[in-house]
Amino acid sequence: MVSEAPHSVRGRVWKFGDNVDTDVMAPWNTISLPWEERRKSVLHVRPEFAEQAAPGDLIVAGRNWGCGSSREHAPENLKLLGIGGVVAESFGRIYFRNCVAIAFPNLACPGIAQACEEGDDLEFDVASGAVRNHTRGVELSGAAYTPDMLAILERGGLLEMLKERFSAA
Amino acid sequence: MGRTMAEKILSRAADAPDARAGDYVTARADRVMAHEAFTVCALQLRRLGIDRVFDPERVLVILDHYFPAPTEQMARGHVIARSLSEQFGLKHFLGHAGICHQVLTERGHVLPGQLVFGTDSHSTTYGAIGAAGTGIGLTEMTWVLATGELWLLVPPTVRFVLDGTLGDAVMSKDVVLWLAGRFGTEVAQYRAIEFAGPLAAGMSVASRMTMANMGVELGAKFAFFEADDVTLAYLRSRAPAASAGVEAFGPDEDAEYEAVHAVDVSGLEPQIACPHNPGNVRPVSEVAGTPVHQAFLGSCTNARLEDLEVAARILKGRRVHPATRLLVTPASQQVAVDAAREGVLETLLEAGAHVTASGCGACPGGHGGLIAGGEVCISSTNRNFRGRMGSADAEVYLGSPASVAAAAVAGKIVDPRELW
Repeated sequence: MVSEAPHSVRGRVWKFGDNVDTDVMAPWNTISLPWEERRKSVLHVRPEFAEQAAPGDLIVAGRNWGCGSSREHAPENLKLLGIGGVVAESFGRIYFRNCVAIAFPNLACPGIAQACEEGDDLEFDVASGAVRNHTRGVELSGAAYTPDMLAILERGGLLEMLKERFSAA
Repeated sequence: MGRTMAEKILSRAADAPDARAGDYVTARADRVMAHEAFTVCALQLRRLGIDRVFDPERVLVILDHYFPAPTEQMARGHVIARSLSEQFGLKHFLGHAGICHQVLTERGHVLPGQLVFGTDSHSTTYGAIGAAGTGIGLTEMTWVLATGELWLLVPPTVRFVLDGTLGDAVMSKDVVLWLAGRFGTEVAQYRAIEFAGPLAAGMSVASRMTMANMGVELGAKFAFFEADDVTLAYLRSRAPAASAGVEAFGPDEDAEYEAVHAVDVSGLEPQIACPHNPGNVRPVSEVAGTPVHQAFLGSCTNARLEDLEVAARILKGRRVHPATRLLVTPASQQVAVDAAREGVLETLLEAGAHVTASGCGACPGGHGGLIAGGEVCISSTNRNFRGRMGSADAEVYLGSPASVAAAAVAGKIVDPRELW
């Protein structure tokens, strides 16, 4: 089966600060709208983001990225925009679990906010935890996924695993 | 060596007697709660050809986020949720009895020592009665509905030993807001909390629910209070059948904690979380005078009978300020009934409050009291993120029910002790 989310992704960086919450990634009154309507309000605190983010771009953020709600639309919206993944100092834990469940690579990497600026060319690998800033020649080490988390990512998310488990049964 | 509440519950639920903080386990759910999200999850199961849940007895579905339905689309969603609940043979479809966490707790659907997954981040609320509640998203819920289990990190625990007494018009909400300001909103990131000490032991279940609820605002996976005599009396009075045989539950005395914070709250001033983060907390004296257009007393955080009683005490014989509107959304239909019996609703209505149907209402910004750009709302809820309750150009201040009621009277943020 083709992996929807590879371990390693590389792209151009959009940079955000601390405590960016799920509600600005997916405002409640937009989450039932069709994608074309709701995409306009993704991370609306920076209106140019939803307009200009290109497929394969990455996000680098400060502490507590995705704090708040359990709404899966927060990471789903980023994935639907084509964002390749997120590296942050730390994550809101439900957001982070949702990312694993939908096979959207997110890596916690202390020091990333200092080591990366907007527009940098960044690469990261959730299997090893390695982070490379090609623009600045900096390497950092993040929190590598556990084998179970990697297995979910490799198989394209929990729904794919569920399908396999129940078709085998 | 002894074990924390999280270690006890997860080692039992994972059938891994030696499980300790830092271990990954696959744990079996004792209860699973889904609100309107159930529709999405159940349809997903259908698409995968799965036509049953792991245990129809353990799954609870309740419609609270969009009740009463604000749009035809949501009304259709409710129709589908009812129909799917029947088709999947669920034993506990709770309809629109109020906000999920309030209803499950007051009816004894969740009990001390249980592991509960809910499609809502404030599932930490169940920690108020000694249960391990935590929020999950749609995909994980779909997985759990089918399999009954989920991978989890056994979390390290941060213990807050709370001492001292709270003054008049100072509430458990002020304590948890103060903790968020003092220790930050990541003090328990990826961790469990245990609230302990004489102050915790002396709190009502309602007050404990407020703090456990906002445990997630401190980053927590679980936010426990010990299940003690207060808990058992609460459960036996409200759900005698369900709670028969339930025993006290807490950590071992020699449990190992990642951190223990001893806190004395004596003399604590009412606390307010300023825009746009629950950790941006200041004493009320520093923000007093801020004009308020809407005061909202609602949500799973602070809309229980005790909260409405406090508001009624402040509003009795007074009027809501003409420049302000006060919305009261009782946490459950049962809370509304109790408040009506006690005359609390009458007091609130006479003061000019608007009392709405029970549900999540304005808190997440779905319906029932959204705010416009330039408006300020003081709210008894849990989050004041930018745009949370409506316009991204509005501001939300979080406070206790006492602070909300006092601001409604004054038309601006004031120290509720002045109106007590």
